[in-house]
Amino acid sequence: MTTPNEKTSSASDLWRLNLLIWATLMALLFASLALAYVPMGFLTPAAGIIIGFAKAGLVVFLFMELASSRALIWLAALSGLVFVAALFALTLADVLSRSG
Amino acid sequence: MTDTSTQLREPWANFSRQQEAGKFGIWVFLASEVLFFGALMLTYTVCRIEHTEAFAAAGRETNIWYGTANTAILLTSSLTMAMAAQAAAAPERFRRLVLGCLLTTAALGLAFLVVKGFEYKEDIDKHLVPGSHFALPQAGAQLFYGLYWLITGVHAVHLSIGIVLVSRLILLGYLRKIELRENPEVEVTALYWHLVDIVWIFLYPLIYLPGRAS
Repeated sequence: MTTPNEKTSSASDLWRLNLLIWATLMALLFASLALAYVPMGFLTPAAGIIIGFAKAGLVVFLFMELASSRALIWLAALSGLVFVAALFALTLADVLSRSG
Repeated sequence: MTDTSTQLREPWANFSRQQEAGKFGIWVFLASEVLFFGALMLTYTVCRIEHTEAFAAAGRETNIWYGTANTAILLTSSLTMAMAAQAAAAPERFRRLVLGCLLTTAALGLAFLVVKGFEYKEDIDKHLVPGSHFALPQAGAQLFYGLYWLITGVHAVHLSIGIVLVSRLILLGYLRKIELRENPEVEVTALYWHLVDIVWIFLYPLIYLPGRAS
């Protein structure tokens, strides 16, 4: 089986790809900083969180190489996400449905 | 290929199984860490829903420049950590590159802690520690800063553990006590480091960005 690392054989290839990911992460960081000062109602805090998910996605899929990992690794990664989603969904279902 | 017999540990029959098990094990651990920090962020979310205005006022008191600088530092450390892990896994010999990237990663981790130290000093001087001398009038602002000290403190402990793990790899690799090439310890350490970075990626908009537009 060929891994992504066997395809990129030189150090400059590794740098080129990873620097591109890093530049995107930095651009997203400054985008979230700038958008925090724009009054857009509930969209202002939402923008920071959404950009956070985009940054985390780049780190998980590319730096942590989940995109090229086997199904077993996906299972472990998704288990954390599923349980956190349940934690948020069940708690917020209570908090947001309270009257007064 | 590297002679992997020196890296093979019990109970695995071959090196590729050991690599797979190490990677699976750290991902299971990271999933538990996601739950740990997820519970803290959920607490923050519930408190913010209940005290929206107070959280905006408290968020404005944080130092956005320290927070943004530290986010940039950690994102850059993830770049050097990813480079170290990928260079170590590559079939070519990149020993100096791996060591250089690990060293830069540890240095950036230390830089983060130094900036955080300056920030904590400023927070203490501004009376942003919950208690009787707290600077802001809103009760909800004390909740914000209670969670701020707790979550950033726990994150700093995680980062410190990461710096120790990376420094261990640098020392053992430099002294040639371990072979860095194709060593699963490099990949496992890198995955842990990236998780600490991801936690901070979410803390940044929760702590430093609220209340800036109002």
